[in-house]
Amino acid sequence: MSTALSLHQSRKRKNGVMMALCVVAAGIGLAWLALILGALIYKGLSGVSLAVFTQMTPPPGDAGGLLNAIYGSIVMTIIGIVVGTPIGVLAGTYMAEYGRFSKLTTVVRFINDILLSAPSIIVGLFVYELMVRPMGHFSAIAGAVALSILVIPVVVRTTEDMLNLVPNALREAGTAIGAPRWVVIRSVAWRAAMSGIVTGILLAVARISGETAPLLFTALNNQFWSSNLNAPMASLPVTIFQFALSPYEEWQQLAWTGALIITLTVLGLSIFARSLTGRREDR
Amino acid sequence: MPAARGSRDATVRRFALTDAIFRALTKGAAILVLVLLGGVAISLIAGSWPALSTFGLSFVGSEAWNPVTEKFGALAPIYGTIITSAIAIVIAVPIGIGIAVFLTELCPRPLRRPIGMAVELLAGIPSIIYGIWGLFVFAPFLQTTVQPFIIWMFHGVPGLNSLFAGPPYGIGLLTSAMILAIMILPFITSITKDVFDTVPSVLKESAYGIGCTTWEVTRRVVIPYTRVGIMGGVMLALGRALGETMAVTFVIGNAHRISASLFAPATTISATIANEFTEAVGDLYTSSLVALGLILFIITFIILAIARYMLLRIDSRAGA
Repeated sequence: MSTALSLHQSRKRKNGVMMALCVVAAGIGLAWLALILGALIYKGLSGVSLAVFTQMTPPPGDAGGLLNAIYGSIVMTIIGIVVGTPIGVLAGTYMAEYGRFSKLTTVVRFINDILLSAPSIIVGLFVYELMVRPMGHFSAIAGAVALSILVIPVVVRTTEDMLNLVPNALREAGTAIGAPRWVVIRSVAWRAAMSGIVTGILLAVARISGETAPLLFTALNNQFWSSNLNAPMASLPVTIFQFALSPYEEWQQLAWTGALIITLTVLGLSIFARSLTGRREDR
Repeated sequence: MPAARGSRDATVRRFALTDAIFRALTKGAAILVLVLLGGVAISLIAGSWPALSTFGLSFVGSEAWNPVTEKFGALAPIYGTIITSAIAIVIAVPIGIGIAVFLTELCPRPLRRPIGMAVELLAGIPSIIYGIWGLFVFAPFLQTTVQPFIIWMFHGVPGLNSLFAGPPYGIGLLTSAMILAIMILPFITSITKDVFDTVPSVLKESAYGIGCTTWEVTRRVVIPYTRVGIMGGVMLALGRALGETMAVTFVIGNAHRISASLFAPATTISATIANEFTEAVGDLYTSSLVALGLILFIITFIILAIARYMLLRIDSRAGA
């Protein structure tokens, strides 16, 4: 009797210990998030002023802003999205609509999943070999192409997943009234999957707006205002990288402020993107 | 009637033509994805050719990295990449699985979504943020408190005293590994949580029904059932850790040497490329860096392919 009881107690105790460890693990996860965000806000917020958004990056030891870096980031992100999104959406459409059961789709899905998690610095090297070396100089357009290569797998994945969720009855209804396949895809399938596809694009924006590695040796950096796509262009992540590793206090402060701007943008985009699909799940 | 018949035929033909064009367009885009990966492989091989033909296989086995004498070897970066990723996995896997158990078994339902979302937000934070935080907040903390304590604790213990040998720089292998662990934690958690959800409730309920505790259900039913999926998630996280660039570049110290101490500055493949590529002078130097990229590409490709294969297996089982 007493052994049975002690076995029961030891099992209960073990359960209690392991479950407590799981709670601790969750606590650690949340604590890291709080620590990182806390440090960012504490160090970044003190540097936020109008000058950050109106002045150029300063020379060492001077005060200044991040205007050219913010502008460069926005320009390259937009071009990256504009180039990458149509390719991603079309490829995802092929995989979910025309070639749902074809061999090609299986292969593309596998390769796309690998591209999705491939190191972004490899993409930087690829674009360097593809564009920077033949052109002979770094350029904003090369940076934008590198970003678009990161956009494609994200958009392909979400487009395919979302189109697969569209009920076939909707497509059959379209076909039954005599619409050709591509009209059914365009006005039925795409429309039904629209919020999911938009979520994918927003997640892609969130991903590339913080990417540093693929820009390091494609767009390089630029101390000055430049809107020339054929010349090196500053970007927020690369500027943060350069300024954070510098010995100058003003530069380090600007790096923290830039980091805060990027993080808020990225977190805002991901929360917004998730709320778009979250509503669908609840319905 | 013939006129209407004719216009109907023309419309059908037009439909067929536009459909064929649209189909070709989408198929072309799908093929472009394949071409991209092929292009990456070809360009890396072409770019690394000068280095590989100069050094041959000794490139992988040599620790030398001297831009002045143009002697390059990849051993130190490969060593740093593998050690940091391995330690990161060892730290992150138990914590990640713990969070997944917490979220699926313990967490009160109203808190489940916000906490799950918070952990996934960790995954969305750009790596450069982890880098700047690691350099200015985490590394000084380790340098002034944790590392001196560990060095003091183990200085008399054979084996461990060389593993944790000073001086405490703050930056180095262990710091990078810990930052990597934080970064891959969300991947492990979210995939583990997803595969935990594929366990049929009947299995769990029957285990609870014969009186198992939550831990016993997790340990004896849920984890064995989802083992392949968890391994897939771990491999995916490993792929991320191996290729992670910016966070590591900030805190690794960029030193081309292999030292026994985990506190010593070191380098990884991606950190070497990020630090040196724009400053590399001469074809051989640049080409050696591209060759490092090729090695990283091959390693991550194999790891990610294994990960996807494992996750596919659990997907097909869930679907069946």
